[in-house]
Amino acid sequence: MSDGRREPQPQISMTQQGGSLDGRGEVRPVPEEQVRSYYGRPVLKEPVWTWEIPWYFFTGGLAGASAPLALAADLAGNERLARSARFGALGGAMVSPVLLISDLGRPGRFFNMLRVIKPTSPMSLGTWVLSAFSGAAGLAATTDVLGIFPHARRFFEGVATLLGLPLATYTAVLVADTSVPVWHEARGELPLVFASGAAASAGACAAIFTPIEDAAPARRLAIGGAVAEIGATELMKHRLGKFLAEPYEKEAAGRYEKLATALSGAGAAVMTLAGRKSRAATVAGGAMILAGAAFERWSVFKAGFQSARDPKYTVFSQRERLHSRHRAEDEG
Amino acid sequence: MSDSHPIIPGSGITGASDAYNIEGRETPETRPLIPLGQRYYAEEKPRMGFFTDTTVCIGCKACEVACKEWNNVPDVIGELTGQSYDNTSSLGANTWRHVAFIEQRKPIKMQQEAGLMTPGSEEDGEFRWLMSSDVCKHCTEAPCLDVCPTGSLFRTEFGTVVVQEDICNGCGYCVPACPFGVLDRRQEDGRVWKCTLCYDRQKDGLEPACAQACPTDSIQFGPLDELREKANGRLEMLHEAGVDDARLYGANEEEYGMGAFFLLLDDPEVYGLPPDPEVVTRKFKSLWGAAAVAAGALVAGVAAAFAGGAR
Repeated sequence: MSDGRREPQPQISMTQQGGSLDGRGEVRPVPEEQVRSYYGRPVLKEPVWTWEIPWYFFTGGLAGASAPLALAADLAGNERLARSARFGALGGAMVSPVLLISDLGRPGRFFNMLRVIKPTSPMSLGTWVLSAFSGAAGLAATTDVLGIFPHARRFFEGVATLLGLPLATYTAVLVADTSVPVWHEARGELPLVFASGAAASAGACAAIFTPIEDAAPARRLAIGGAVAEIGATELMKHRLGKFLAEPYEKEAAGRYEKLATALSGAGAAVMTLAGRKSRAATVAGGAMILAGAAFERWSVFKAGFQSARDPKYTVFSQRERLHSRHRAEDEG
Repeated sequence: MSDSHPIIPGSGITGASDAYNIEGRETPETRPLIPLGQRYYAEEKPRMGFFTDTTVCIGCKACEVACKEWNNVPDVIGELTGQSYDNTSSLGANTWRHVAFIEQRKPIKMQQEAGLMTPGSEEDGEFRWLMSSDVCKHCTEAPCLDVCPTGSLFRTEFGTVVVQEDICNGCGYCVPACPFGVLDRRQEDGRVWKCTLCYDRQKDGLEPACAQACPTDSIQFGPLDELREKANGRLEMLHEAGVDDARLYGANEEEYGMGAFFLLLDDPEVYGLPPDPEVVTRKFKSLWGAAAVAAGALVAGVAAAFAGGAR
């Protein structure tokens, strides 16, 4: 079936208007006035999600990454660290559903989430993962406190670890599985950003609540996670390209990102230099790393809103895609 | 499953519609089963849709009004935007049909050639007014439907996409998933609302309210394949008449299949439509693959943290 859209006649294309593509299809800085729109109105709707969601990204990540830390510490025989991590997992698992439910337009209908298991919906899968994770993390922490069923505890830890890995990363899939350009186009790197932030938070949280002589693995995880988070964010922006990385660098998203980088970097430095010797330094460094991870989620969250609000991000990236597809068709 | 409902009015279908929004009623009509692994209903029913021919739209907004009247959509009065005659601005929870008005300095070739215009000056003649009634596209592969975690959004036996308001818990996931910005949450209500392609009327063999109210047949309703044929004919006619601007939007299943498609006179973005929409949820592998890699990196990170000693 023929589609009029391929008719080449008087359509005003970006290239005709002054050139935003060079010969090799590289994107030049975008001449904004050349992106056409309907009175500058957004093509997409901004998400309706509120403050609970970025905080949930943070608590879910903290909980999810705390589970493998607890299991590893348990297996390595570091009981004090294992206990801290177990409580990190439990704490995150207790706060997360509260945040998620309060964000719903109809919180009373939360249980409608559990009437289906829908593989095409990251939110459906995530709800099930979080529900099951909460159970496993709760049982692991309870058996620890009561000092009962040590073998079962390890089993629960294993289950929590298996569920914690998707818990720490699925939220990135959730936002990437939308039409919001800076989320969808970052789908390759967002899970890395979230997973490294989760590792940093889990390590930092466990390090804060563990005596320093037992906290070395948690410190290493926190430092490594914080550094990886900064790196993954840079990688994400690099892959997005100058144009689509812009929302991550302006307005609220940009401010949060600068804070995140500064706090994660400083926290990692403090923990590296003084974490071994001073509990106070560990607490300070850990708090900075936690704050850095939270701000990073806020930056991603806000960037999505900013890119949905401005039609140029939607229109221009789709125009570019159309051009390269048509060029490929013409050549092939 | 009940007999198929013919679309022709007066076909003898009786009984009140129970398509949506009636609490506590569940009949085979409201919940027909789609066999697992199947996208559409087993019965042979033509996929129904809209063809909006914007070349004959006169901007009367009868569609907006009829839609609100029939579907009991709250009559939120906005403010005067100063953007031509458009004061509803965009589709949303309380606007299921939206008429766009675009003023352009561009000659209307046909009328001028035919001497139908008597411009006072050269400059005055350089004007055209584009009007287009936008609506939910009822996509062939609808991202909103894919991401809905409760199953509130579903595909009807007419191939349309409808929100079940007794299920929706207002999670808001469909809102940024939609490539057209159609869905939105109603503030005071907490749930998401959008065009149902008058599911209730279709069940009774009636055409949707907007299509029935449209005085110029700019909005046409019918089986999608017939509409596409009609649209191609119309496009050919316009091109022959020298309207080179005319192009179809959303009529090609191989690009982005829409159950409601359009004949436009300018680039889609001029009407507020995305020039190259994408079924984002189709990227299943690259989405979850990246998460699997990240989860693997997390495991490696934890293992590495213990490689330097257990304490």
